[in-house]
Amino acid sequence: MTTPDQVYKTHINASADKVWAAIINPEFTRQYWFGNVNVAATWEKGAPWEHKGLDSGTVHHLGIIEDIVLNIRLVLSWGNPGDDHDISRVTFTLEEKDGGTELTIVHGDFVDDSAIAKRVSGGWPKVVANMKEFLESGAVASPGVACQHSAA
Amino acid sequence: MKLENIPQKELEKATKGLHIRFMGTDDDAVFKALADASRRELLDRLRTASGLTLGELCDGPAMTRQAVTKHLAILERAGLVVTLKRGREKLHYLNPVPISDISMRWIGRFEEARLQALFNLKEAFKENDT
Repeated sequence: MTTPDQVYKTHINASADKVWAAIINPEFTRQYWFGNVNVAATWEKGAPWEHKGLDSGTVHHLGIIEDIVLNIRLVLSWGNPGDDHDISRVTFTLEEKDGGTELTIVHGDFVDDSAIAKRVSGGWPKVVANMKEFLESGAVASPGVACQHSAA
Repeated sequence: MKLENIPQKELEKATKGLHIRFMGTDDDAVFKALADASRRELLDRLRTASGLTLGELCDGPAMTRQAVTKHLAILERAGLVVTLKRGREKLHYLNPVPISDISMRWIGRFEEARLQALFNLKEAFKENDT
């Protein structure tokens, strides 16, 4: 059965360059993305990237940077280590609007009956909420845990 | 190690920091948008089959195209529905963020804390085992 795309949108009272930094700068990302960061040897189209636990070093997700336009758009192929089948695509779009930035995250192009789709649907709203709180107030009061990366 | 043997301090640490997230000024728009059965029905349909065209959304019982268009406009202004251009089509998607924010604020707090605490402890056990 086809797996539908997921769309997450929020308005953040911060400039686009700050939202951008929150996504790709580990120094900021770790403060709200549940201790995880997005890293790449170089943030360029075609280069590989990883989503990993900063302390554990465990790679939770990885892929290729498919498109990158500074402060505007970031497109990543998204998969789990060792899984060549359940691969999807995440697109971050940033638009400066109403004194802040409208952030739209589309996680889609899933395979049929994708298991990843189910797991991330619980995590993205929390990541978005935490990112917004971090950028607007400088900190996240309850960093907590978004989703289970390890198989239960 | 049984759950009841976990020191109270550890449990408290795991659930610490629950707080009230700042609610934006758009919350009235969200609640008003949700306060209509037809609009909730549209959201239900988008939840089960995301990425629907206007035509597909009108393809149901008891709602004229005009009514669907009106309701979608309200839902979009409230941020509950997002439209994306895909080729020549305009597709509608449910944006769960506003509802998730509400849920995290009031409904999820206690249940989530309990689940979070259990998850954190489980992770701690795994570390102890390795």
